[in-house]
Order: sequence, then structure tokens, then C-alpha cells
Amino acid sequence: MKLPHFEYEAPASLDEAVALLVAGDGSARPIAGGQSFVPVMAFRLAEPSMLVDLRNIPGLDKIEITDAGVRIGAMVRWRDVLDDARLVEALPLLPAAIDHVAHYQIRNRGTVGGSLAHADPAAEMPTIALTCDAVLEVVGSKGQRSVKAADLFMGPLMTSLESDEIITSVLLPAWPADRRWAFQEFARRRGDFALAGIALFYDEDASGAAHNVHIGAISVGDTPLRLAKAEAVLNGRKIDEAAIAEAAAAASAEVDPSGDIHASARYRKSLVGTLLSRALQGAANRKAK
Amino acid sequence: MKVDFEVNGRAVSVDVTPRMTLADCLRHELNLTGTHIGCEHGVCGACTVIVNGDAVRSCLMLAVQAKGAEVTTVEGLSLEEGLTPLQEAFKRHHGLQCGFCTPGMLTTLHALLSEEPEASEERIRDVISGNLCRCTGYIPIIEAAMDARAAYQQARGDK
Amino acid sequence: MKSSTHPQNTYIGGHVERVEDYRFLRGEGQYLDDISRPGQWHAAFLRSSLAHGTIRKIDASAALAMPGVHAVMTAADIEGNIPTIPFRRPNPTIGPYAQPIIAREKVRYFGEPIAMVLADTAELAEDALQHVVVEIDALPAVIERVHAMSDAVLIFEDTKTNIPTVFNAEKGDIEAAFAGAHYVIRDQFATQRQTALPMETRGLLAEWDAQLGQLTVSGAAKLPFFNRTTMANMMNLPEEAVDYIELDVGGGFGARGEFYPEDYLLALGARKFNRPIKWIEDRREHLMAIGHSREASCDVELAFSKEGVILGMRGDLYINIGAYVRPNGMTPVRNAAQFMSGPYRIPAIDLDAHAFVSNKTPAGTYRGPGRYEGCFFIERLMDQAAGALGIDRLELRRRNLLTHEEMPYPLATVLPSDGRAETQCDSGDHREPFETVVKESNWAEKAHLQGQLIDGRYHGMAIGSFIEGGASGPQENVRMQLEADGIVSLYAGSSAIGQGLETVLAQIAADYLELPMERIRVFHGSTTYLKQGWGSYGSRATVMGGNAVIDAAKKLLGEFRLHAAKRLGLAPEELTITEGVARAADGRSVPLVEVAKDGINVDGFFKNQTPTYTYGSAFAHVAVDPGTGHIEILDYVVADDVGRIINSMTLHGQVMGAAVQGFGSVFSEELVYNDEGQLLVGSLADYLIPLATDYPVVRCISLENYPSPTNPLGAKGAGEGGIIPVGGVVANAVANALSSLGVQPKILPLSPSRVWELIEDARARA
Repeated sequence: MKLPHFEYEAPASLDEAVALLVAGDGSARPIAGGQSFVPVMAFRLAEPSMLVDLRNIPGLDKIEITDAGVRIGAMVRWRDVLDDARLVEALPLLPAAIDHVAHYQIRNRGTVGGSLAHADPAAEMPTIALTCDAVLEVVGSKGQRSVKAADLFMGPLMTSLESDEIITSVLLPAWPADRRWAFQEFARRRGDFALAGIALFYDEDASGAAHNVHIGAISVGDTPLRLAKAEAVLNGRKIDEAAIAEAAAAASAEVDPSGDIHASARYRKSLVGTLLSRALQGAANRKAK
Repeated sequence: MKVDFEVNGRAVSVDVTPRMTLADCLRHELNLTGTHIGCEHGVCGACTVIVNGDAVRSCLMLAVQAKGAEVTTVEGLSLEEGLTPLQEAFKRHHGLQCGFCTPGMLTTLHALLSEEPEASEERIRDVISGNLCRCTGYIPIIEAAMDARAAYQQARGDK
Repeated sequence: MKSSTHPQNTYIGGHVERVEDYRFLRGEGQYLDDISRPGQWHAAFLRSSLAHGTIRKIDASAALAMPGVHAVMTAADIEGNIPTIPFRRPNPTIGPYAQPIIAREKVRYFGEPIAMVLADTAELAEDALQHVVVEIDALPAVIERVHAMSDAVLIFEDTKTNIPTVFNAEKGDIEAAFAGAHYVIRDQFATQRQTALPMETRGLLAEWDAQLGQLTVSGAAKLPFFNRTTMANMMNLPEEAVDYIELDVGGGFGARGEFYPEDYLLALGARKFNRPIKWIEDRREHLMAIGHSREASCDVELAFSKEGVILGMRGDLYINIGAYVRPNGMTPVRNAAQFMSGPYRIPAIDLDAHAFVSNKTPAGTYRGPGRYEGCFFIERLMDQAAGALGIDRLELRRRNLLTHEEMPYPLATVLPSDGRAETQCDSGDHREPFETVVKESNWAEKAHLQGQLIDGRYHGMAIGSFIEGGASGPQENVRMQLEADGIVSLYAGSSAIGQGLETVLAQIAADYLELPMERIRVFHGSTTYLKQGWGSYGSRATVMGGNAVIDAAKKLLGEFRLHAAKRLGLAPEELTITEGVARAADGRSVPLVEVAKDGINVDGFFKNQTPTYTYGSAFAHVAVDPGTGHIEILDYVVADDVGRIINSMTLHGQVMGAAVQGFGSVFSEELVYNDEGQLLVGSLADYLIPLATDYPVVRCISLENYPSPTNPLGAKGAGEGGIIPVGGVVANAVANALSSLGVQPKILPLSPSRVWELIEDARARA
């Protein structure tokens, strides 16, 4: 399983990188940590003419926390996320989810930007971005633009990005300190892709009713999903047993996962409800700060 | 392409093709055959080496990406003669049988314990979940790592 | 004073650290891919992408035009008939089902070799594979049992059936047993297709010396001598013109080291082009090319008396052996039939084990072949019968486990004979490990947890028992040579596959020579060391190799005595030999090193056609999450009696490692095919072997209460037992956990999806 032939450049600026992608005319690929894309090449499922390595481009590896939220550079690695103690308060859902990403060695090289661009519906980061209404900054031959996570994911391993566009950062909007949240996923083994997963948060009003409910689902569709019907069940309601059961049923009903060698479609559909139910219980029981 | 980096404290300059992985470069260009290749798709962990202090899968890293890096392989963890405390612990606890996954286990644990000499059993188990072993059932590997912590704690204290 | 006939025992039975470890831990092991030869070419194999079809065209011209590509060999390069891979255990009906070493007219499985590309590097060889054009007309793929056994599509058109052999295991009067039964349980079960998955993939380096007419094959494992003979025959060479060289081996578990199609093609290429040719199997092709195993199903019944005594067992077993009968493809089939009775006293048996071919990768052995499957079947029957009979599950087993008084105990006779139709348990009392496990697991204290829902999970427990065959005959050879520096070189016909062979043989040699282990150096596995040898399969290396070492040690000391006596001018019997020194009554002595210059070199043998039977029991405590279908192993205890422990540390390692492999078998490992016969598992992200986080709670206890009477050491083969009971015991624990729902797991693996569906379906029924 040797890699196919390709050219390699590691430019020192975004402009140069974009120019190389333009010159590649669709067959050149940017590469960040390479932890998903190198295996794709090893199986010869992709044979790019050139890899444009982003490693030498300055400024892509920072985590900034501002009033607007958490801005994460595309080259920030999983371990940087897990090592950044500030995130536990600034965006607790993120490290909780990233703790499920692959394994120790992969987390030393895999990046946030790479995962978003890879757009695997079974991966954690795309669903977190979608759930949190994240906005990505992207540069390409037509200049810089912002892309909502909701507009990014088009299908399995497919995004709306042009072939000469590079993700530079992602902004996860600010997180109120008393927000309730949970992350639940179930995989066959530690670090495996999830059979299903749930990322959620909601805010509570003075009466204790939930609003601004955001529920994202992993691995039950061609893209990361928001579970609008389950959200609708919960918005404006107190998260009690009845609400949880109703939301779980709605979640199972609104997803249409496919079966594969690891789990049947029927199982995945049910698992979404089970995980949502557990996530909601966890969120409701978690002591507010 | 010419790529210069440091392996086990030694400066090397290797002529590689872009598609050559760091694993193949170490094994076939630098004759450091202690780094083993078990899957070539980033799952088994046998090819783990330490790059700038971090354990990484050398089958998922291109040799050209090692430019300017400090790379440590199992050979670099070893003494001129004899065994390090981590290696001793593996021997004492029967933490290896066929020996094929062993270099990856040692590099991974060395990186971990150098950084986290107080790592809990749960943490060690979690980290080692990225390294496949078909022989031991892992239990003796975890025991060996727990046993070796003292040496890393001492090394940190001595600094 | 010690007598030389009763050696001082300082190593055997001890917790002896391994001599192999030093090099492995320093990254100094030498595995096949660690060696290269100047001017070598690399091979890559073009494999069929269809499960069944007729080859219309192979066009390699584009590949051959690529830089660095030297040759593309196909069936067209082989004159006359395509050689087929011989059987290690032939029987009268399997001849037509042998595997040709390359596909000529037909392909019969996804992954079957069609062409071999030779190029300067592995990268270039793989590049070229993409440019070999192959046209295959698809034929209907035969994947499942019912389709295969219907013979509607014959996989071998010159035969009349897809069933090469039906083995019958027979004992006692089966009709009378069932006629007199108080209760009969009948059920169907199935285990899934798996593979051994050693961490090092296969590979070989073939070198041809044109001047000497000598072929050297590096990368041997398991049984180099048989493979050398096979290769010599295929290559039309005298046996002495072929050498098999064993390097360090990254795991075997039954699958690695058999003669595979690639072996011959590499040798053929090396000779044709007079070039060293190296091939390292990649992990994707490993999954489709190395022997598969374990795809078995059954419809069986057990007859009981009112008191719960087993009267008889009958029924049918069906084993999917894949597209061809490989060298040991029939071993799991005949084993399932012969060993399904396991540790239980069953006076009447009539089992038919049907081997059927299909368009899947050919099967072979995997640790505990046939035994794991059979143990799952009978243990599931035992627990269900206990419930129906109203007898406690442990008590039912106590009434049927074999006792010391019954030894040797004959198992069923298997026909057609493959050379060992009859066999018997050699020694032991099966109640002892059973009661050990009952005690160590604290069964009595935990019994109240059975079936309980605690913190959202159902708890269940079970104990089951097993037998493990070992010491496969017929013989093993060793040679001992006294070196000038006083070191004893021990050359063994046994092979090392990661199990610690060097240590174990050195321990035995050291004890019998009364020398420190440091003075024994073990060489093994290569055909250059010995004229004749066998290898490591069927848990034989310690028993067969170890007893041959004893024979050689005695002979070496005999030579020492003769030579020392000559030096001292005494009669040999006047000397006492202890700890490497021959002493005369007058105080004069001769150290071993001094006679080294006399050239002392002895051969040792051990011949034995009687297998050993290690036996044991295992306990599992599980918790089942009904929401996810996840099963956690909360506790697992296994106890076995191995006759005599040689190295408690390596034994423990074998049992524990096997048990954890067994959890992979029960829960997660599965080679899934689609209806077209394409293997859907192509990576280690899909073939799910256990991780460090999965099963951290295995406890192993080994006993040595009943030495084997079959060999001087009293040892029994012990490398496979740990895996055998896992399926049955865990499935029974799961059934116990879910007893309130009436769930009875009958098909493995117990994946989360399957377990959840069993629970859902049971709830829907209720």
C-alpha cells in the first residue's frame, strides 16, 4: 500500500499555496495533518497531482478566545485543543467531543481544518462546527470569504469549497457560562468512528425552560446533521423525562441512516434516540457553573 | 528531493521522493529497521516514532515533512548496551511476544511518560489503545508501563 | 549428591524472562522486511476483483512499458499444468479442490492471484498493477451455505458437488442413546468468518543461485521443512537444492507459514530472472489472501437422562472452507467433529461435518481450529438444557465432566481418516480447573447478580469448559553442538512464531545439561540447521521440540562422559557429571569446555503420534447495555491444566493473549462479504481486533496436576486453549444476563448492533 506518485510543495504563504492549487487545476490538494488523507492515498482512492502542505504557512495554528467566540486556526491539532485549559470554560463541548477523536498519535498531527475539509460525517469536528453555528474563513483565488458550517457539508467527504480554496480558521460563537451541553457517542472500540453520536447545547430561561436548543448528530447521514425536529420538541420546554422521551423518539424518526458492516440502519436509528436521551439527562444533571 | 533532519541525535540528509513515508525512509534509506510497518494506513501504531517530542505514526507522515525535525526511533531510545527501565519493565512483565508491535509500544510510552510521568493506568490504557498487539492481550504491557513510571518520575526530578 | 539422570531443576517451571526480548526491545529483531539484497526486484500481485468468473483477457503491455517494471508473470508463463498446492492432511476426496498457484481460466475468489508484477521498487510494482488490464466474465458467486450445498452452481465444473468431504465422528450406539433420552435439546448456531491477523503481514524473499542451482527462501514460518519439500517438488529440484530460512516472525496463530500461492510464484520469478525477489504483503491484501477460518454453523442435538447425564450427541456441522482446499483447510472441519464433545463424557456420538466450497478466500487454521466453534455450540446447548431440565448450570456440568478415573478417554472416531481417526484424552481431571474457576470467580457471592438490571445494565455469568489438542506428531529433531568456548548450540526443527521458543528450549536444555541458560544458544526453524525437522503447529513446539532436546542433552552428556573418561584414563562409569564438570573419585575433573575440541555433535529426536490434551474452564461476568447493545466483560477467569509448566511466564502470556483474541472473535472481528462475493473488510479500521481499552480484566491460572503420560517432560501443548471457550462462555453469560427477556444468542459475533436487535426482537415478542 505504497502511496501513489505526486509532487510536493510546502509554500510559506497562503498566496503561494492558492497559486499552486490554481496551477493544479483541481488535481492539486492542500494537506494539513494528513491523518485522514494519507490513508485515502494509501488505498489509492485519491491520486492528487500535487500535495500543497500548509505546514510552513504562519498564523494558522492559534486558538484565540475573544468576545466573539473561539477562533481556531486550521492547523491547530487535536492535542492543542485538548491541551488548552481555557476551552474547558470557553467552549466545553469542543474538548469533550475531541476527546473521542482517534488515538494519541493521530491527535498529535490531525488538525481542525483538515477534518472540516475532509468532511467525514462520522467524524466529530464537522458535527461540532455544524451544531455550534460555526463560521469558517476560507481563502482562494477569488479572495477571502466566510462560509457557514451549515453551507459547507455537501455529502460524504464532499464540501462546497472550490478546489483552490483553503480553510484558514473556524469561529465557534461565544458560549454563555451557564449554557447546558452534552456530548455522547458510541463507537465499537475506543477511537473508532462513531456508530452514532450526539452533540447538543441549550440555554435555560428564568423558568427553567430550554431555548436555543442545538442538537447535532454524527454518523447517521451523508453529512453531519442538525436534528431540527428533536430541537423543536425541546425548545420552550423544561427538560424532564417526558420531554427527553419525546425528543429521543423524534430524533430516531427524523434520521435515515444507512446500514454498513458495523451496524444496521435500524440500530443506528435507535441509537441516535438512545444517545440523545442520555445526552439530555447528562446536560440536565450537570451542575451549572 | 533532499531532506535534512535529525534522527536519534544524528544529522541526516536523505534523497527522497515526495511519496516516500517517513516510515519507509527510516527503514529503507536510513536502515533503522526497528520501526515496523504493520498496516500502512495509520491504524496499527507499530510504526510510531517520536517527532519533536510527539509520538506520531510514521506511515502517515511523509519523509519530506520531517525537514528540520528531530526524530527518535526505538533505536534512539536504546542504550549502547543493556535495557532502559521501560525496556526492562517490558521484559519483566512479559509485555511482548512476537516483538512486532513492541517498537511502537515503546516509542508511544516513552513520549507519554516523558511528558506525563504520573500518567494514570487509565490514561496509559487510553494512549495505548492506538497501538495494536495481537499476542499479549495488552494487560502485561499496561503493567510494564505502570512499573516504568518511577524511572520517568525520577528522571524528571533529576532535571 | 545429584544424579545425572535426575537433572537439577532450576529453570523448568520457573518464571523465566525471555532471551528473545533483548533484541526485540532494542529494535534489533530481524523480520523479513528488514533484509534486502542488492539488485532485488519487488513483487506485487494482481488479484481478482470478482469472486467467480472466467478470465477472458490479460493485457500487461501498458504495465510493462512503465519505467522500472521488468516483468508481469501470469499463468501463460507456466508451461503445462498449473501446479496445485499440496494437502498436509490428504483424504480420498479432496484432490480436485486443490488451489492452482495462479488463476488460468477461472477465478474463484475475490483476491485470487492473477498476475505478478516485478519492478525495481514496491511503489513501481503497485503503480504497474493499475495498468494491467484484466477482463473477466462474471459467473454467479456462491457465498452462502444453502446455495453452495445445493450444487446449483458448481465451483469446480469437473466435480459433481461443492462438498469435498463429509467427516463423520462416531462413537457408541446413537440410536439407543436418543431412544432412551428423557430430554433432547436441538438447536442451530453459527460462528463468523475470521482470520488470525498476525501483526506482521506475510512476505518472502526468494533467491536463486544459478551456479549452484540453489533456491533460498527467507521468511519461513510454522513448517519450513514441509514447505521446502513442497517447493522442491513444484520446482523440480532436489530437496537439498532448496533452503527455507526463518527470521524473526511477527505472529502466526495458525495462519502464517502455510504454503501459499505467492510462495511458488516468487521462487519461479527468482529462477526465471536470476534475481532476488522480495514481496511484503500489504495489509489490504493480507485480509483477502491469508487463510480465513471459523465460518461454521450447525444443527445439533444433545440427549439427556432425567438426572442431566448426557447420553448422546448427533447432528450436522457445516464449514465454509472457501474456494479451495488449502494445505490444512480440512483441519477445522475434522476437528469440529472430533472435539465438539470437549470435556464432557458423551457415550454416543454421530456428527457429520460437511466441508463446502464457496467463492470466498480459502480457509485454513486459526488458533484452536474447530475447537472454538465446537465449544461454542456445545456450551450453548448445555446452558439451554440446564434451564429446560431445571438443573443448576454448574451442577449439570459437574455431572458430565470427565474425571481422572476415566483416563485415557477415547473421543469419537473421525472418518475418512486423515491420519488420526482415533484419539483419546491422555490424562487429567476436568473437575479441577472447573472448581478452581468456580472458586476464583467467587461464583457463590456473585450468583445473585444473574439477570439483574443494575444501573441500566443487565448482568450475567457463565462457566464453560474446553479441551485443547497439542503435540502434533510425528516427530521433532534437534542437534546439539559443543562449541569451543563451552557454549552449547542447540539447533531445533521447531519454529519460532513469537511464542518464546528460544527461551523454553534453552530452559529445558539447561536443566538437562545442568548448565546455566547463558551457555545455551538456540537456533531454529531454518532447513539449513538440520536434515529433517517439523515446525510449530498444533501446539507442538514445547512438547515435541522440548522432548527432543532432552534426548539430545542426554546424548551430549554421554559423549562428554566418554571423552572425559578417555582423558582421565578411566572407565566412563567411574565419572560423575554435575553442572558441566566430569569428576573422578580421586578429585580430578574435566570441564565440559575441555572436550569441545573433540567435536561433540549429537542429534536428538522425539517421536510421538499421541496428542496431548490440555483442558480447562473459564468464567465470564458481563454487563449488557440494552440501549447500545454494548457488552462489557467485568471479570474473566480461565484455568487450565497443562500437564507440566515449563515457563510460567510465557504460558501465562499464551493463555491471556489467546483469551483476548477470543473476545475479538466473540464481539468484533468479522470478514464480511456482500452477495457478489466481495470482501467488504479491507482495512484495520474495519477488521476490529481488541484494543488495550477493551478487555483489561483477564485472570489466568495454570495447573500441573496431571502430567501427560505421552512424553518424558509430562508437558502438554498449551498455546491455543485460552481462545477455545471464549465464545461459548461469553454467549452463555449474555443469555444469562438477558434471561428476563428470553434472549438466546446463537450467532456470533455479538456486535452491538446484533445484541440490540436480539433485545428489541425479544421485547417485541413479549
